[in-house]
Amino acid sequence: MATTITKSDTLVGKRIRRREDPRLITGTATYVDDIQMPGMHHAVIVRSPHGAARIKRINIKKAQELPGVAAVFIGKDTEKVGPVPCGASLPGLRVPHHHILAIDRVYFVGHPVAVVVATDRYIARDAADLVEVDWEPLPTVTDPEKALAPGAAAVHPEWPDNTAFTYHQEGGDVDKAFAQADVVVKQRITSQRLIPSAMETRGVVAEWHTGDRALTLHSSTQIPHLLRTILAQMLGLEENRLRVVTPEVGGGFGSKLNVYAEEALMGFVAMKIGKPIKWIESRRENFTCTIQGRGHVDYYEVAAKRDGTILGIKLKLIQDLGAYHQLLTPAIPTLSVLMMPGIYNCQNIRADIVGVFTNAVPTDAYRGAGRPEATHGIERMVDILAAELKMDPADIRFKNFVSNDAFPYATATGLTYDSGNYAAPLVKAMDMVSYKKLRQEQAQARTDGRFLGIGISTYGEICALGPSPATPAGGWESATVKIEPSGKVTVMTGASPHGQGEETTFAQIAADELGVGIDDVLVVHGDTAIVQYGIGTFGSRATAVGGAAMYYAIQELKEKIKKYGAMLLESDNVSFANGACVDNKTGKSVPLAQIAAASYRAMKLPPNTEPGLVATYFWEPPNFTFPFGAHIVVTEVDRETGAIALKRYVAVDDCGKIINPLIVDGQVHGGVVQGLGQALWEQAVYDDTGQLITGEFMDYALPKASNIPWLETGHTETPSPVNPLGVKGVGEAGTIGCSPAVVNSVVDALSPLGVRHIDMPMTPEKIWNLVQAGGKA
Amino acid sequence: MIAENFEYSAPTKLDDALRQLSNEDTKVLAGGMSLIPLMKLRLAAPGQLVDIGRIADLNFIHEEGGTLRIGATTTHYQVENSPLVRSRCPLLAEAASHIGDLQVRNMGTIGGSIAHADPAADYPASLLALEARVALVTAKSKREIPIADFFVDTFTTALEPGEIVHAVVVPVEDQSTGTSYQKVLQPASGFAIVGVAARIRKSGGKIAMARVGVTGLSGKPFRATQVEKALEGAAGSPSEIQKAAALVSDGVDANSDLHASADYRKHLARVYTMRALAIALSRTA
Amino acid sequence: MTQTITLTINGKKRSDTVEPRMLLIHYLREVAGLTGPHIACETSLCGACTVHVDGKAIKSCSMFAVQADGRNVLTIEGLAADGKLDPMQEAFWNEHALQCGFCTPGMIMTAKQIVERNPKPTEEEIRHGLEGNLCRCTGYQHIVNAVKAAAAKA
Repeated sequence: MATTITKSDTLVGKRIRRREDPRLITGTATYVDDIQMPGMHHAVIVRSPHGAARIKRINIKKAQELPGVAAVFIGKDTEKVGPVPCGASLPGLRVPHHHILAIDRVYFVGHPVAVVVATDRYIARDAADLVEVDWEPLPTVTDPEKALAPGAAAVHPEWPDNTAFTYHQEGGDVDKAFAQADVVVKQRITSQRLIPSAMETRGVVAEWHTGDRALTLHSSTQIPHLLRTILAQMLGLEENRLRVVTPEVGGGFGSKLNVYAEEALMGFVAMKIGKPIKWIESRRENFTCTIQGRGHVDYYEVAAKRDGTILGIKLKLIQDLGAYHQLLTPAIPTLSVLMMPGIYNCQNIRADIVGVFTNAVPTDAYRGAGRPEATHGIERMVDILAAELKMDPADIRFKNFVSNDAFPYATATGLTYDSGNYAAPLVKAMDMVSYKKLRQEQAQARTDGRFLGIGISTYGEICALGPSPATPAGGWESATVKIEPSGKVTVMTGASPHGQGEETTFAQIAADELGVGIDDVLVVHGDTAIVQYGIGTFGSRATAVGGAAMYYAIQELKEKIKKYGAMLLESDNVSFANGACVDNKTGKSVPLAQIAAASYRAMKLPPNTEPGLVATYFWEPPNFTFPFGAHIVVTEVDRETGAIALKRYVAVDDCGKIINPLIVDGQVHGGVVQGLGQALWEQAVYDDTGQLITGEFMDYALPKASNIPWLETGHTETPSPVNPLGVKGVGEAGTIGCSPAVVNSVVDALSPLGVRHIDMPMTPEKIWNLVQAGGKA
Repeated sequence: MIAENFEYSAPTKLDDALRQLSNEDTKVLAGGMSLIPLMKLRLAAPGQLVDIGRIADLNFIHEEGGTLRIGATTTHYQVENSPLVRSRCPLLAEAASHIGDLQVRNMGTIGGSIAHADPAADYPASLLALEARVALVTAKSKREIPIADFFVDTFTTALEPGEIVHAVVVPVEDQSTGTSYQKVLQPASGFAIVGVAARIRKSGGKIAMARVGVTGLSGKPFRATQVEKALEGAAGSPSEIQKAAALVSDGVDANSDLHASADYRKHLARVYTMRALAIALSRTA
Repeated sequence: MTQTITLTINGKKRSDTVEPRMLLIHYLREVAGLTGPHIACETSLCGACTVHVDGKAIKSCSMFAVQADGRNVLTIEGLAADGKLDPMQEAFWNEHALQCGFCTPGMIMTAKQIVERNPKPTEEEIRHGLEGNLCRCTGYQHIVNAVKAAAAKA
């Protein structure tokens, strides 16, 4: 329940209901598919039904002849459009040429081969069925480990080993650590392919303004400015004549942190036909053609002393890349390596990544992007180690946490953790579940023959992406703050929120800083013609980087406000607080609105001061931020069916300073439920020929209201020293903390059978098979 | 998402509808919860649709001579919430409450559901356990057949060309009978991986009548007569129920898919038969 | 192959000529200009397109516009009378029951039906009632809170 605000309150820290909601709850928001333009045409894309095939011939004649069809384009028509880019660079990376329409060969089911353009979407759909393609199917491989085996089908014939890259990272002295160890535990751990499943599929509306040689492109994206820069290159347009608009965006979770073939294709079509063009991705296309997440096979080894002290970690990571690199595809597993020690004090690590091509849509950033995989790995390994040493999983964690006096803490992977109190959330979560009592209940349940499990995960994650040198395209963020002549405040952020609520949280911060009401502030984003260049919303960065940029822009403005205030008050000693400048000697004051009006009217100017109250700030963060937390999950396994009942879910997260607890809870709930999806139900299943078996919501099980438990949330607040707001980020935390806690819980439930590890998703049949086999998988 | 084109009519009289069904390429549209999704995916493309949703004479629930007659276009919501069904045939109301979701139950119809004959649909298990009959009608004739004869195979029924389901006829339940429908949900679609409907009547401390209908397990729903026989005359002890339930999958060619292998499905059928029977037994008077 | 239909949408009567294959959701969005209901799947599972037809919550992607001929349709746009939000809309706002907002119009229409039929639903009844509406952002908990809050006020 939201709090009612009175003027004198500080807004930061309050449960304020969101300012973006009125348009969303009344159905009046504008998403891409809601845009109508005079003369608008509709596109339907013809795609490969094969996992790999040679295109022998395409016949578009029948499609062209259908009344209402304006154009049909195939690969060779679009040859001059630049390739879909990979923004990540790794030494020796093999980058296949990724044309926007396949020309002579397709590499995955859903690979686009032609686009049909018609006056309405019904006709375009009918015409797509009339495009005839003569295919010669080719051998395929979809399992990344099989793809590495000798004799596997080559996804790209030029690279028969299907290896896109290898990557090695090492810190400390791993061999020595393992040599000194009392115990070494090893486990193969997978993190399955997932479908991000934003409820709004992708969509593009493109409009070519012939006279101005300018293109306006509306796209459901998380990165309007980066999209503009890259699309301009692909289409050969001048960047300042390409305007990208992100209208309302119906969820992203990383899947819209990309530059897609269809975005360039619609730009191309608009320029060719001279009419506005709309393409809306079908859900089936979203399953087969939008990036997927995860796709790891990890081989872990952890060395430890008998008392549980972790000495070293080795990881061999096989990343399923899919057939191409999308924007960040090869970079994602490197994030896993950065976070592989978790929040434990372990200075000896070795990681080897193999990036593998398969006949499937590319993987890329999906909620957590590399960190859920890393957290899942280390949190599973810590539990396996605890079981090996017969230690309580909480105790082994307390033993290994980086201690409070160690911050800033340099990791073996080259990061510097900003601040932390890693024991605090675990203590709090244990308190919330009455851990000791719970273990007693478990002992009793075991005597009764019941499988009751308690699972812990204590996660750390890397947020606020990130310092520019560590990112592919700049890691800063921008803000312009304008105080209008009336005193109203407009904030333009380079971030591109799509559900995270920054129209509210940024307004809370700005209103507090400027001493105005929250209703006096408007936050604008997502239009490259209005907003200064920005990076976008992903990697839990919008508030920690974009919010900080806004904060600094406001500080600059405050200096200018004080100069005008001093002039109007005819004083040389003024301060600015609560929306007014005050003469510190006389106590006389002048409100912000009056100062703003004077600054634009400019009858008189303070010395060396320009008219107007506008400031733009590009803020480069000096470091990432590192949130953390502890999740505890209680499960019970039905011995007869293998069904898992979620009995309790407790999440204690520390995301630094909390701007709006209502929104933070919402982020945690949503993140946790995506983690539950991975742990229990979701999985992109391909057959050997490259067909996606779970290609619709009929077979891909998204969490539903009816199959998730009540989530109990708690917080600790450890401010980040990295930014002036003290915030860290919370968009991905829930997902990262969740999946290992759930798996640890079910493994704990089945531990009397000797079960040590279970791969996700933990379907009832998988669990039942384990129970039948007495724990032996 | 976009169906192929078709001709559409929505007669308000049953006779008019039946006359329009002569064409091979014509499909009957009831609630549309099965047919429309197939048309959108272009897995079905009838040339003509006859919408029977406006025929008032097909939407009814009456009690008549020891039976309930439920008109073909009666929605799942109506069945679930009808005081008559709840008191006279609670098993059917319980089954209806498990179908799809709130919106599907508002639109989907009992006639449409059985005519589609999805092997994972919820109703058939209960209708089989109830030994329901199906009233069928053409422009020229009427007939009533046992539900077991109506389901021929996967997505295949005994409906002849030009024939539609007029009503489903179920017996009014003896007040002493205990019934239950238990279902394992496919987590994505909500269909039944396995669904078991059970009816038990006791007399003099013994099970006088047991009926078990099973859906989801195989290509078509069926009555597990071997389970029924094993129970009749038994006292209904947990071990008797367990033994009887264990017979449910015997000789069954079980479905196997992503969500459950054949072996696991058979096992679930045994467990859920046991659970459905135990609950039904606990509800006997 | 077109037919003329006449129906009442949010209290206003209108007539249009449509192909029989036009889905009600496309009719509402593209002919009637009501873009509140959304399309998020093609298998009738997500519920983003939920509207009320003659008082019943239905998925408008699984109904042809011709089936709605003569009927009364209520969409999300018809809820706020004279700028005053419906109690369910107000509750969704207060409880932060939405993030990206894409599922919200359908979610609110289903939530309204749950409370219309069961004025004091339990958490379990609410969750069961929402089975036909997918949300990828909220984890549903705040939606459950909103339905409870709206029911408590009614």
